[in-house]
Amino acid sequence: MPREVSEQEVRAVLEAERAENIRGALPLDRRQMLRGAVWGGAAAAAAALARGAAVAQTAPAEGTGNLPPNTPEWMTQQGAPILSPPYGLPSEFEKDVVRQPTDLTATATASWSFTPLQDLHGIITPNGLFFERHHGGVPAIDPEQHRLMVHGMVERPVIFTMNDLMRFPAVSRIHFLECSGNSLTEYVNPEPSVQTTHGLVSCCEWTGVPLATILQEAGVESGAAWVLAEGADAAAMTRSIPLSKAFDDALLAYSQNGERLRPEQGYPLRLLLPGYEGNMSIKWLRRLEVGPEPWYTREETSKYTDLMPDGSARKFTFAMEAKSVITHPAGGGKPLGGPGFHEISGLAWSGYGRISRVDVTTDGGRNWRTAELDQPVLAKCLTRFRLPWQWNGEPALLASRAIDESGYVQPTREQLLAVRGQNSVYHYNAIQTWRLAESGEVSNAAV
Amino acid sequence: MPPFEPRRTALIAALSLCLAIPAGAQESRFGFGEPANPEQIAGWDIDARTPGVGLPEGSGSVADGREVYVQVCMACHGEEGQGPMDRLVGGVGTLDTDKPAKTVGSYWPYAATLFDYIHRAMPFDRPQSLTPDEVYAATAFVLYMNELVPEDAVMNAETLPKVEMRNRDGFYGPDPRPDVHNWPCMRNCEPLSPEVGEVEVPTQSEIQ
Repeated sequence: MPREVSEQEVRAVLEAERAENIRGALPLDRRQMLRGAVWGGAAAAAAALARGAAVAQTAPAEGTGNLPPNTPEWMTQQGAPILSPPYGLPSEFEKDVVRQPTDLTATATASWSFTPLQDLHGIITPNGLFFERHHGGVPAIDPEQHRLMVHGMVERPVIFTMNDLMRFPAVSRIHFLECSGNSLTEYVNPEPSVQTTHGLVSCCEWTGVPLATILQEAGVESGAAWVLAEGADAAAMTRSIPLSKAFDDALLAYSQNGERLRPEQGYPLRLLLPGYEGNMSIKWLRRLEVGPEPWYTREETSKYTDLMPDGSARKFTFAMEAKSVITHPAGGGKPLGGPGFHEISGLAWSGYGRISRVDVTTDGGRNWRTAELDQPVLAKCLTRFRLPWQWNGEPALLASRAIDESGYVQPTREQLLAVRGQNSVYHYNAIQTWRLAESGEVSNAAV
Repeated sequence: MPPFEPRRTALIAALSLCLAIPAGAQESRFGFGEPANPEQIAGWDIDARTPGVGLPEGSGSVADGREVYVQVCMACHGEEGQGPMDRLVGGVGTLDTDKPAKTVGSYWPYAATLFDYIHRAMPFDRPQSLTPDEVYAATAFVLYMNELVPEDAVMNAETLPKVEMRNRDGFYGPDPRPDVHNWPCMRNCEPLSPEVGEVEVPTQSEIQ
């Protein structure tokens, strides 16, 4: 049997090791004593200390104590117990991977925050990093007291509880959602990082009831052509949706990435219109009114209309056209460590359907190579592209160009501005060029 | 209740509904939810559809609106509607310039939208706290500040849709996109010119 050690003694050893980061250099007998203590009945005390150590540690070890040939500190003691915490969180070492607010709005409730694209992998956006766009803040809605009313030009005006809605046959689909104002700064005042140039796009697996099911349940009358969707937020956010879209692929979503919607994403119920500008996918959905014509609400006249150089404006520009951006290397991301092999990686998407091809240039657009696309490539969904690259260490201009299954080719900035001017605000989808400096630093070439 | 009971009830409801549907409308229904009664609908149906369908009873004058504006609007929108929050007044003639000001006077196509929006979302810190009379009055005053109605105007369900907005015909559809065209050149292409103000048009021979 190992000899008994006091909690105080264990704590002293652990703290000494942490302070000097010399785990591997401890005398053998002290290490044996510690392990003996753990197996000898002081397990609970040691585990508690380990938890304390994990919480207290806020930065990676700067020393070499955990590197070969030494035994890493975290192998020599029990880790945190289960349910630490009950709803799991990212590693403490990822605490800087968070959404970033805009500095363009006067309030924090009618505002937006950006997804950190430079830190994400694959195509799914973690729920806590999904971009935000609210027009009156995030309401705290008790699902028991939430109702969806369907009325107007229907045979049976009806009110659904959340339990009612969740009894209908459901579907799960993976779709991107992009704010129509994503990249709006790139028209006039380009931003330095990919988080603020392109971070108003995210992608989830959504689960819910097809809107068509609900409209069939209510019975749409002949002559109806539009449906008004209204949120239960302080803005009572409202958009008119063509019935053709409502009966096509619109969802009443109550889940994202397997769990119920986050409050920021419309808990307990939101509309989801795949491929359409994000604001139309009304969050906190409480009402659907079927009618013969669009309503021309403030959000489809004063806002979310596209001003052209001649002073006229386009209305009801719903689809988000094909777009792509390199997320590594990218402005705001880690600098490239030096010449040699680097994988260029990024995201492409289109509101018109699937991405069919992504080309990448490393010489400012003179020559392009076609990138590999991660499978699956889904319609109206983020697609991850990758291209192997040998960097010679010289300054480079990197950009990507998406082509979708409709044949649409992502335009250059000058092509877009030549048609739309610089006051359109919404639907900026031009090719994004990153400037890679000799130092490995990456910046927006448009700045 | 046995665990299969709700499912069976739903099935019976669905079947009985199917039987009630006339030929030609064969889609099955589930029968979930409760009928919405007129009182429930009236309480939630807060919108006014252009040109003015659904505007409620009530009315408000420019004079009444000035009082409402001073009390609940001015702190954000300014004494003359200039801001700091969303600018309400001015900007006429700026839409085709480098600094377009999209206000009620210069940009909004329909007057009823103003009622609809104030009614549902304003004032910012107390939405849906104004009576229809107060909303009509605030609407009248904002239109008056934009010289769209005279000082003695009274807004109600009849008069508001008739207000002629300056940018009524400024919007067009259907969506003309795709309107910007690129060609996916692969070799010896015209380089990208991402910099602001360095827009160059490539020559045809340089485009693959």
